[in-house]
Amino acid sequence: MSVLNGVAPTIRDLVVDQLAPGHHVSLRFQPTVMAAAGEAALEILAATEEAKEGYVLVVDGALPTGAGGRFGYAAKKGGHTTMHARALELAEKAAAIVALGTCSSYGGMHAAAPNPTGSVSIGEALAEAGMEKPVINVPGCPPHPDWFTGTVAQALLFGLPGPEAVDPVGRPKRFYGRLVHDLCQRRGDFEAHKFAKAGGEPGCLYELGCKGPWTHADCPEREWNGGVSWCVKGGSPCQGCVEPFFPDVSCPIYAKIGLAELPRIVRDEGSGELVAVSRPQPVEEE
Amino acid sequence: MSGRQTISIDPITRIEGHLKVEVVADDGVVKEARCSGQLFRGFELMLLNRDPRDATLLSQRVCGVCPVAHATASALCLDDAFGVAGQIPANGRILRNLIFGANFLQSHILHFYHLAALDFVDVAAGADYEGSDDRLNSLRDFIQRGELAPFMPRYEGDYRLSKEANQEGASHYVQALETRRVAHEMLSVFGGKMPHQVGIVVGGCMETPTADKIGAFLSRLAAVRRFIEQVYIPDVLMVAEAYGDYFEIGAGVKRWMSYGGLDLETEETDLLKRGRFFGAGRVGADLKLEGVDAGKIAEHVRHSWYEDGTSGRHPSEGETVPAPEKAAGYSWMKAPRYEGEPYEVGPLSRALVAYAAGDAEVKREVDGVLARFGAKPEALFSVLGRHAARALEAGRVAKAMATWAMELKPGEPVCEWREPPEAGNGMGLTEAPRGSLGHWAEVRDGKLARYQLVVPTTWNASPQDDEGKPGPIEQALIGTRVRDAANPFEVVRIVRSFDPCLACSIHMLTPKGRELATCRVI
Repeated sequence: MSVLNGVAPTIRDLVVDQLAPGHHVSLRFQPTVMAAAGEAALEILAATEEAKEGYVLVVDGALPTGAGGRFGYAAKKGGHTTMHARALELAEKAAAIVALGTCSSYGGMHAAAPNPTGSVSIGEALAEAGMEKPVINVPGCPPHPDWFTGTVAQALLFGLPGPEAVDPVGRPKRFYGRLVHDLCQRRGDFEAHKFAKAGGEPGCLYELGCKGPWTHADCPEREWNGGVSWCVKGGSPCQGCVEPFFPDVSCPIYAKIGLAELPRIVRDEGSGELVAVSRPQPVEEE
Repeated sequence: MSGRQTISIDPITRIEGHLKVEVVADDGVVKEARCSGQLFRGFELMLLNRDPRDATLLSQRVCGVCPVAHATASALCLDDAFGVAGQIPANGRILRNLIFGANFLQSHILHFYHLAALDFVDVAAGADYEGSDDRLNSLRDFIQRGELAPFMPRYEGDYRLSKEANQEGASHYVQALETRRVAHEMLSVFGGKMPHQVGIVVGGCMETPTADKIGAFLSRLAAVRRFIEQVYIPDVLMVAEAYGDYFEIGAGVKRWMSYGGLDLETEETDLLKRGRFFGAGRVGADLKLEGVDAGKIAEHVRHSWYEDGTSGRHPSEGETVPAPEKAAGYSWMKAPRYEGEPYEVGPLSRALVAYAAGDAEVKREVDGVLARFGAKPEALFSVLGRHAARALEAGRVAKAMATWAMELKPGEPVCEWREPPEAGNGMGLTEAPRGSLGHWAEVRDGKLARYQLVVPTTWNASPQDDEGKPGPIEQALIGTRVRDAANPFEVVRIVRSFDPCLACSIHMLTPKGRELATCRVI
């Protein structure tokens, strides 16, 4: 739904027109927009799977593994299977995989405690199955349309981003390379210790639970919905929705983050680049 | 089509979520129909033990089509539980309506053009277009490149519009992509971003109104409103002219309900009595208005994959124990019933409730459409009745939003900010674009001890109840003549007229790791 909101490029550029001269996207199977239903729809997917020119698999949503995967059924030509099994089948023949959204990148909302369906990201599912495939994570709940179309444009025009262009949790640095806190329009209020204490008040939203200090995304400079606004500009704290372990790491969303949480972001002392994102403590494991 | 035949459509595309529909037809006439929800997510369990305010942001994540409906139901529910329901500042109430209203417009436009229209409009009619419409030129170039996905393949054999009308419809399909995007931009003026806006919160709203933001909002609203009045409503009537038999197809259970929504005041804390843009009520085919008592809602599970012992409970006491081996089960959805009866919810229900209540504007609009087609009110109980009700509603909501935006007062409070109480109970009832939505919460020790959602598509796409009565979509399919089993247009047109959204319909909890049924291979 978020991808439909792109301004440059628009969804029309992406589906109907050419993204760049000589380069177009062929959106083969997307159940929310496609004309075909039932067997005819499944036929397209089966044909794409066999296409010798290859395909890029975009996975949105986490994959339920609990109860043998049966929390999520997937229709398949000539039968029925689970979403988990079907995603792995499609991944096997894919040239590359784009994980669209925090759920397919890191488990996200579906894997929120107590993870009742045993949901995993596509990356985790591949690792468990012992499959090595290039996966580009485009997290966000939802992801900004530019983050997705920009990644697709990169793949079409210049090839998939190489290892130097993605961070340790698989995100393109182009979009996720800097902290929300460092780009925020209200950073001046933070430095001046002007803090909002209730909804609708002016000032930095740190006291209202803003997760900008540990969230990697360019929302403040890119802004959302054609540059109209974004969470903090709209008076609401950043929820950290692009980060591994969202939403558990962000809850309670309106509670001030403790300084003790900041060290979970591990940086290279020399370059200042992100090295790792560790699970915040304490989190009760089952 | 002759003899007994089973038609199974899996997946039903151009809806949100995972739905399978199976019908059994005798000599082409549907005798049995089954709607089956295919994905279980456990959302309610994931909200437990969290700060109650997190529910307003996280419950939106069930789906990107109408997340604002969940934010609104959740905020109303927490207003109740936090004891702040009667104290929402006027600005907060209006901003909630503007954010939610923008979501209505986006959702209705998306539904007609991008989810439903491809069943009626032949976009291939643009293959040899020669003219100056740049949208049609784009489509022609697209078709000539030989790339027909996602518009082909499709069911064939019942596209009835003229070539010119098909081209116009195809052009409007592309135009509507832009209009629905503008509706989301309008929403984010006060909602921060969309999908998953951040403005609506217990106590009111987070964003403040200023003259420039009101102007930015109104400018986009005017563009969307022009589209609704000059393109969307005329297109629905154009489709109705060519597919007039669909005024007689897909009536369903002939019981309609609205909880009411879009608050016009907040002094009244009982949501079913509060002054609202959409009124609360129930009607039958006689269009006699009756009231709604939320205590009379119960969820049946005899034909759902849950234990029979948990059947018939009110949502606030709901419990979900999976029973995967249950022979009678065929869906992950429960079957909500009001006094034991299935009810259809959505724009048609809201229109009929308003019509029965004597709402002058609704009566004038609806009677105008009926007069144009020389039809009686019964014609509304149909596939086209649902599409028309949705389009007319978009026009009324857009018109009202322009008035509400002018009632904002810059500088006045937007939010009665509250920390969570130690204990409390809440009920949040509203109308989502696709029908009645309820959230129920219990707060203990400042945390969520129980959270339940009963969503519109659970009403509409519910399986049979404990007495074997089919759900509204199932009932709408039964008795329908399917002319061509290989191209079952009638089935998908009926199902899509309800605007089903499965993403939030199956969200019940289950103990982790419990073995569930092996899937049935059709």
